[in-house]
Amino acid sequence: MPTLTDILIMLPEFYLVAAACVLLLADAFMQPAQRPYLHWISIALLLFTIYLVIAGQPPQTVTAFGGMFVRDRVSEILKVFALLTTALVFVYARPYLIDRKLLGGEFYTLMIFAVIGIMLLVSAGNLVTVYLGLELLSLSSYAMVALNRDERLPSEAAIKYFVLGALASGMLLYGMSMVYGASGMGGTPTLDLAQLHNVMTYTQAPKLLLFGLIFMLVGIGFKLGAAPFHMWIPDVYQGAPTPVTTFIASGSKLAAFGMAYRLLDAGMGDLVHQWQLMLAVLAVLSLAIGNLVAIVQTNLKRMLAYSTISHMGYLLLGLSAAGPEGYAAAMFYAIGYALMSVAAFGVMLSLTRAGFECEEIADLKGLNRKSPWMAFLMLLTMLSLAGVPPLLGFWAKALVLEAAIHANMLWLAIVGIVFAIVGLYYYLHVIKVMYFDKPQEGSVLQAKPDMSLRVVLSLNAMSLLALGLYWGPLLGWCRSAFGL
Amino acid sequence: MITLSHYIVLGAVLFCIAVAGLFINRKNVIVLLMSIELMLLAVNTNFVAFSRFLGDVSGQVFVFFILTVAAAEAAIGLAILVLLFRNRSTINIADIDSMKG
Repeated sequence: MPTLTDILIMLPEFYLVAAACVLLLADAFMQPAQRPYLHWISIALLLFTIYLVIAGQPPQTVTAFGGMFVRDRVSEILKVFALLTTALVFVYARPYLIDRKLLGGEFYTLMIFAVIGIMLLVSAGNLVTVYLGLELLSLSSYAMVALNRDERLPSEAAIKYFVLGALASGMLLYGMSMVYGASGMGGTPTLDLAQLHNVMTYTQAPKLLLFGLIFMLVGIGFKLGAAPFHMWIPDVYQGAPTPVTTFIASGSKLAAFGMAYRLLDAGMGDLVHQWQLMLAVLAVLSLAIGNLVAIVQTNLKRMLAYSTISHMGYLLLGLSAAGPEGYAAAMFYAIGYALMSVAAFGVMLSLTRAGFECEEIADLKGLNRKSPWMAFLMLLTMLSLAGVPPLLGFWAKALVLEAAIHANMLWLAIVGIVFAIVGLYYYLHVIKVMYFDKPQEGSVLQAKPDMSLRVVLSLNAMSLLALGLYWGPLLGWCRSAFGL
Repeated sequence: MITLSHYIVLGAVLFCIAVAGLFINRKNVIVLLMSIELMLLAVNTNFVAFSRFLGDVSGQVFVFFILTVAAAEAAIGLAILVLLFRNRSTINIADIDSMKG
């Protein structure tokens, strides 16, 4: 029976579910003129949930509902940053949504349900919770991609995302069923991740277990967007409304890291020698395909999509080091990447207006003359994504490379460094276009007069510099989650 | 006598048909949705078979969750499909190609 303790452990999630339901009702009964208030209410809800997550954090790991839900440091950090980046997405999205007449309850409630999915996923202690959290996140994301109902590209992006996402969930589930079966041959069948940890030692069907592991890895690869399972990323990034792309590039990636950590380390930790090499191969492919294909892109959103694929390669580099140090580095990378991508899309969102998407790289021509501050923020973000010291992206990259070297995978680290240099080209290309090209005829690159957007975006981009100069506390927090 | 392995093979065959349906099909998006449902049913067969033969009920509980989520998934899939048809007057897969690269 669920007890009050169980409910208190899950308080942030319960609070957010209740809040999302109230938000839905409020949206239904509000006058159209009052709708814009939903924006501030949603941000306040998310910020209060961050407070609940941090304030209620127990000193050591606790579980609720018979091990279904795990509340530990890892989940705390991922939740805080998922909620934070979603709040940032809300701030950046407002002018875009107003211009396109999309500002309404759907966007905010779907987004909050997706965040609940993330919170459940990163705290999962059971295969059932992994699946439910993942589907809550994915189903909300499919709907959000198709939010702009009358455009051609979003519906196409949504159907592609839906079909490939459903395929990925199917693969993941098939793998789970195999693992469940293998755990029952020679022991008690279980779906609990902590109990699955040492299935390898007693199972009489090791082949079945490996089979399941491979299917689960395919599912994880899809959700991370690692090559060769990256086909959906460019189309979804390009076709989705930019605020939704921002969310998929930030919050979803934190969730994907959380899912990979839970399934691979907590669940399949005993099979580390099997999955370590598979992850390394995925990492190399992602680094190569992401960085090389990004070079030829002319659409900024598509370029950032391929850059995401390459960044997932670095994240996998940390994961494949398969030790506390590697996980801490990968988590630091995921957080850093989420902050960087939110800032990059934030600059794009601040330059769009009704009828002008600002999504081609050529649209940024001469940005420095039109609005130098936005150009400077974009410069910081691009350099951070490229991994130029002293910005956050540099330390994130350095840490995953260090973790790979300590795990005796020097070759992987060398591949990572080579592709970091290749990647520099297309980030610098954006900077060159902004600073040295002449503005296009009749282009009106004016940043939105929205004060909250300007202030928060500036803080977000400056935080990349600040965290790059003073990264100790954040890294220490990540390391403490893995007992370092 | 029908054993566990029969059910596992059935699940594998269903799963393969579903994946083949997703990749080979070049005509109609509705067939894709059907393939996705079939894939989830293959998984359910697996879970129920393991659960029954290994004497543990949690696999069947998982199946209930999968069925529920599959219904929600189908609803969202069909909604997106309606949107697609309204915007382009076709649901032919070969025509859904405005984004490339």
